Amino acid sequence: MDESWKRARAVFATFAGPPVLWLAAFFLVPLAIIWAYSFGDNASLTRIAISGTLANYIHAIQPLYLGIIAKSLWFAGLTTALCLVIGFPVAIAITFASEKSKAWLLLLIMLPFWTNLLIRTYALMAVLRTEGYINFGLGFFWTGLGHLTALFGHPLPAFQPLELLHNNFAVVFGLVYVQLPFMVLPLYAALDRLDRSLLEASLDLGAGHLTTFARVVVPLAVPGIVSGILVTLIPSIGAYLTPDLLGGPSSQMIANVIERQFKTANDWPFGAALSFLLMYMTFVAIAVQAIVARGRKARGR
Amino acid sequence: MNAPPAVRRTPPGPLDYLGRWPIRTWLILVVIYLYAPLITLMAFSFNDSRRNIVWRGFTLKYYAQTLADSDLITAFANSLTIAAVSTVVSVVLGALTALLLWRFRFPAKPALEGALALPIVVPEICMGVAMLVFFTQIVRWPTDLIWPLNLGAIIISHISFSFSFVAIVIRGRLASFNRELEEAAKDLGAGEWRIFRDILIPHMRPGLLAGALLAFTLSLDDFVITFFTSGPDTTTFPVKVYSMVRFSVTPEVNAASTLLIVLTVALTAVALRLQGADVARAETGEGL
Repeated sequence: MDESWKRARAVFATFAGPPVLWLAAFFLVPLAIIWAYSFGDNASLTRIAISGTLANYIHAIQPLYLGIIAKSLWFAGLTTALCLVIGFPVAIAITFASEKSKAWLLLLIMLPFWTNLLIRTYALMAVLRTEGYINFGLGFFWTGLGHLTALFGHPLPAFQPLELLHNNFAVVFGLVYVQLPFMVLPLYAALDRLDRSLLEASLDLGAGHLTTFARVVVPLAVPGIVSGILVTLIPSIGAYLTPDLLGGPSSQMIANVIERQFKTANDWPFGAALSFLLMYMTFVAIAVQAIVARGRKARGR
Repeated sequence: MNAPPAVRRTPPGPLDYLGRWPIRTWLILVVIYLYAPLITLMAFSFNDSRRNIVWRGFTLKYYAQTLADSDLITAFANSLTIAAVSTVVSVVLGALTALLLWRFRFPAKPALEGALALPIVVPEICMGVAMLVFFTQIVRWPTDLIWPLNLGAIIISHISFSFSFVAIVIRGRLASFNRELEEAAKDLGAGEWRIFRDILIPHMRPGLLAGALLAFTLSLDDFVITFFTSGPDTTTFPVKVYSMVRFSVTPEVNAASTLLIVLTVALTAVALRLQGADVARAETGEGL
């Protein structure tokens, strides 16, 4: 398993060469350039001078941009919490299903994940817009109700479609829709490993299902909960498509601001600084998860 | 599942949560939440009305319009080409990475593992802008090359974010490799290459297949990174659909989306079937 690289240098070089070179040339170098740009300024329209300035980072912590960063974190946190609440019962249902229905249920949860993200977001636009299916359905009921109340001499005012699209609600609704499978899978993986006799013991000894859930299932599922939170939180913080298509002017997230700096505002150094702030946030989230995992291991879990 | 409850559940299985109505209702609601938007999208692609909301009768005219839209067809061909090339290269790079990390002990191993995790954790938008800057400022990818060479920048970006995922999948498969097989082969006089070709590759096959499927889907699905590396002549299907959906919901987009959904579902089904058979064969030792 752990052969020293010195024993087969030629094989080692064949295995290591292509991936390492690829990763360096087409991933690390581009990131390094962005990092360097974040310390640069626009010398002219087409040239960026890397002057070591911190002006871009200072620009990024102005209230306007801090507000957008805070909003991104808030949306992502809310999305993660909702996914956890919605996904936990689903994971439990899958875990304790029979072998055959388990495979089908997993496929059922995974299938939307294989569908293109853009198409899933577009599908939500069709559901949420003012002439969309939800408003159509509500309007239908409202009109029916109006006919009914008109019989008693109290006609209802005309139906006003709800503004469900292009606002903060739509963004969180869309993020939950997109991220839910990511939360269910790690939860399921953790619950599936769980020793069932512990649950049975708890139920036998008189604890109710809710007590067993809170005192036995949740504590044992912490590793799955933590990784579920991580894989939901990280893509949500940096989400671009969902706020772009479902959000309104006031629900733009950090990724939308970055895109604007590169595509329309043409302030690449500032966009680069924002990109790296976003990346640092991601790394902090991962580090927290690693610390939690290590802490649990140290305590003998 | 729906066996007569009074007979089978005396006493009810304490852990049969799927059989309890609150959990069951919850599961049904979640499945409706996940599927209703996609199913209505697909259903209304056959609806004979531009307003896309009341059912006015069955039609295939939006499919005819979609298939006659040469821009959309070009974008679709681009997407498939990019996905195919990026899958092949990602599987090769991913397999090499997996073999490297599985077999060898070397000084920079933790650093390499960390670097390989980066493409998975770095937010898409950051990678997108990095690729944009790289391909406009550092290596100017010529945009007037003949097809499919003009797709090079997009293909390279896709490989960069795919191959780490592939490596993880294949490494997981390698973990179950029985080292004794290798030793036996060595005793019987097989060389390095022979062992690789006749023992390791067959063992890795389910992993290679799963990795290839993952790479293909990641590439076909990607919008953000492609959005930053594509040009006016190199749009992919998601980028094209994006420009169509930004402002309106139209039956043409529904039809195009339905085609893509059906393609991905079919692909997944085939892959799952192949992989299932392959795993089964490997587990019974038949494939070795």
